Amino acid sequence: MIGKLSWSAIPLDQPIPIIAAGVVALAILAVLVLATLRGWWPYLWREWITSVDHKRIGSMYMILALVMLIRGFSDAIMMRTQLALAAGGAEGYLPPEHYNQIFSAHGAIMIFFVAMPFVVGLMNFVVPLQLGIRDVAFPVLNSVSFWLTAAGVLLINVSLVVGEFARTGWLAYPPLSELAYSPGVGVDYYLWSLQISGVGTLLSGINLTTTILKLRAPGMSYARMPIFCWTALASNLLIVAAFPILTATFAMLLLDRYCGFHFFTNELGGNAMMYINLIWLWGHPEVYILILPAFGIFSEVVATFAGKPLFSYRSMVVATMAICVLSFMVWLHHFFTMGAGANVNGFFGVMTMIIAVPTGVKVFNWLFTLYGGRIRFTSPVYWAIGFMVTFVIGGMTGVLLAVPPADFVLHNSLFLVAHFHNTIIGGVVFGVMAGYMYWFPKAFGFVLNECLGKMIFWCWFIGFYLAFMPLYALGLMGATRRMQHYDNPAWQPFMIVALCGAVLILLGIILTALQLVISVRQRRRNADLTGDPWNGRTLEWSMPSPPPPWNFSELPLVTGRDAFWAMKQARSGHSAHSDASPPRIVTSGLVRVPRNTPVGFFIAFFAVVAGFALIWHIWPMAALGLTGIVTAVIRQAWSDDREMLVSHDEIVAASQRAMRRLPS
Amino acid sequence: MGTGTSKPTHAPRRSVAIAAIVALAAGLSACRGGVLDPQGVVGRAQRVILYDATAIMLAVVVPVIVLTLVFVWWFRAGNRRAKYRPDWDYSGRIEMITWSIPALVIVFLGGMAWIGSHDLDPPKPIESAAAPLDVDVVALDWRWLFIYPADGVASLNRLTIPARVPIHFRITSTSVMNSFFIPQLGSQIYAMPGMTTQLYLEADRPGTYQGLSAQFSGDGFSDMRFDTVALSADAFAEWMRTAKDGTGVLDGNTLAALALPSKADGVSTYSHVAGGLFDDVARGAMPMLPAREDR
Repeated sequence: MIGKLSWSAIPLDQPIPIIAAGVVALAILAVLVLATLRGWWPYLWREWITSVDHKRIGSMYMILALVMLIRGFSDAIMMRTQLALAAGGAEGYLPPEHYNQIFSAHGAIMIFFVAMPFVVGLMNFVVPLQLGIRDVAFPVLNSVSFWLTAAGVLLINVSLVVGEFARTGWLAYPPLSELAYSPGVGVDYYLWSLQISGVGTLLSGINLTTTILKLRAPGMSYARMPIFCWTALASNLLIVAAFPILTATFAMLLLDRYCGFHFFTNELGGNAMMYINLIWLWGHPEVYILILPAFGIFSEVVATFAGKPLFSYRSMVVATMAICVLSFMVWLHHFFTMGAGANVNGFFGVMTMIIAVPTGVKVFNWLFTLYGGRIRFTSPVYWAIGFMVTFVIGGMTGVLLAVPPADFVLHNSLFLVAHFHNTIIGGVVFGVMAGYMYWFPKAFGFVLNECLGKMIFWCWFIGFYLAFMPLYALGLMGATRRMQHYDNPAWQPFMIVALCGAVLILLGIILTALQLVISVRQRRRNADLTGDPWNGRTLEWSMPSPPPPWNFSELPLVTGRDAFWAMKQARSGHSAHSDASPPRIVTSGLVRVPRNTPVGFFIAFFAVVAGFALIWHIWPMAALGLTGIVTAVIRQAWSDDREMLVSHDEIVAASQRAMRRLPS
Repeated sequence: MGTGTSKPTHAPRRSVAIAAIVALAAGLSACRGGVLDPQGVVGRAQRVILYDATAIMLAVVVPVIVLTLVFVWWFRAGNRRAKYRPDWDYSGRIEMITWSIPALVIVFLGGMAWIGSHDLDPPKPIESAAAPLDVDVVALDWRWLFIYPADGVASLNRLTIPARVPIHFRITSTSVMNSFFIPQLGSQIYAMPGMTTQLYLEADRPGTYQGLSAQFSGDGFSDMRFDTVALSADAFAEWMRTAKDGTGVLDGNTLAALALPSKADGVSTYSHVAGGLFDDVARGAMPMLPAREDR
């Protein structure tokens, strides 16, 4: 009746997961009790949980990412502590079977449940506002996407208390991840939570791609799109092309594990090399799914705070789309050491390096955007400069790893670990932190505390160098990744420095939480009544903060790049181009606003039920979950009442209310 | 910042410099034993590539970092001497430079990658007056087995080789993936079940070099380390004679027992190895091995 599930699945003998789970449970309980006592539930249900507003959904994605950052980082600091201790015969405090779960969970969580939701959330929030439209193409689908991601998050966290997580590394290479070598439920937790959230990501990719291709404000031609929208387009095209590969690959591994198939097993013609090719055919584009929007954020931040248009917009667009296409032609560089032969290795090495050309162009373009600017040192600019300095180092070590003979001695070493943290922290994390601090006032109507923002930057920046420069050195000394202890005592000082770096990053994360609390308390002092706190250039700054549910009371007519900047110039009579026509506005009468619906929440609820049941082989419960999903979808499909009309008067009244908040 | 009087800053600066030199020296000495301290022809060629590629890229990366900091500092909002060009967003000449600098660097490095991947392809024989010695490597859970097919001898958890003789490795695994790697000698290559990969390495001089698995393979992975002992020709011949005179038979049954999951254990040798054993393992023709037990 309850499949493989029994009381022994709860690791009562292991203090660390039990204590961690207890803390998480207490935190959740505290939030639930607070929400109940304060009577927040109706509001949360009405305005957030059932919301189909892209701004709300984007914000929820980012909250989810910040919460999971704490989980992923807890894993990180436990690993760093273990390695600082386990030198020269010492075993440290984490036995291998536990340590192996921790590094697997760290990688999977940081990529799938921190970086992805943060990037997807920012795209969700910003893209419709920049394009001058009222919502994404499929608002309900958007809610479904978010809740499916949340369902994956819930499942992966359940693995902390009920059963175990995968002990295979974050990509679960077979044959290690096959039933013969990983008979426990860990790999099943990994597969089902990523399958469920992967569907959500794919739906979100389809949604945003359609939005950018089909729904733009009048006059917003491709050549006038803000650069962040271009990077979002490239990123979502990659999601649409790459995530089905991931889903299919995991589906094959699931068939191996559940139905006795032999796609990747050692016997009966199975071949693990196929899995490794397929997973990286998804995995390499995934890197660019994350980094391209970060490039877009830096482009917006640098242009805004230099008070200049982005240098060589055309180059930037060409470079973005070139990276988008090339990212599918380099996957083999993740396993040069498989022995494919000199021609294959040489080809993929050269292709990988070719990606460095458009990336290098981007760096130069940011450099020349700064040139001739009047740079204001706000916290987003700190992140952008920190990125430019740090990312070129990560890019350099990346090209080094792309030289096959160099990779033969650096592959799987801590040098590699340092390299990808250099690009992911120095690129993606710095990018989303810049975006978070840059667009926060747009979402909530007040600016985040700047002083704390800069302190957070310094913690992450110095912490990153302390934590990962020693790893570059250790990799050159022959230290490999995923080791739980090591013999060479000469490595220990480097490991201790790396731990210090991680502690500094921890301080940065604590300060991020503190910044949020302090900024909420200071919201009146830091209120932004203009809707344009940074003297922005793109359309999202042309509306009040936070924007009304329908975003634009009147759709803007776009006549050039940096549409809002041009409007401001025209308004103040400082039009740079004498032939620039005055901005016109397209007015429309009624506005259609999609009605909120709980369908996304319900689908995700049943997905959790089905996923948990499949992990533990509780077949009736799995049938119940799947039936629930199908029923929820059908019910939504047959409902007629999906939109409401907002009258012109209501819109005018709302915009007048917003205008009254303006200072003068 | 940095505008204090010069005198009091001298002492700390000097101590910072000394600390930096000490740290650098410590760092360099700690590099002993790693890939920057190669003891073989393959590793040496790879170090040259590492240094060359890094130098070529630093020639661009360092100026970019410096220019970033200079531009940001000079064009700060408070600097009235800096010329503000609020509408400047294009220059064809600069655009050409921004594309050609990375493209030129990549032409160099791409050539290096292409030529290097051919010259240092793992299965490519090393040119040498000495005839290569065949060693067959089997990755077990979680041990290494080295078979010397010509002499019918095998060694567990220790690789003994003659110095200045190219070693031709054929590598496979009985269970999951591993990666066979001796950092000071050069290239690593995957050990995969049902597959044979090949690798040539050579040690310059007698010595002991640390070997390891560089691909995570489960709970005993961290202890999949072995000493690679390179001996002079005479000493190697002596070692081989002793090994042959020893005891221990390695056939399908003993190998199946060895393949059971087991963590770091001692070194041993086998004097009689059944013929074709490696090929059976590499073909996947071993008897079905028991699965790992649940925790």
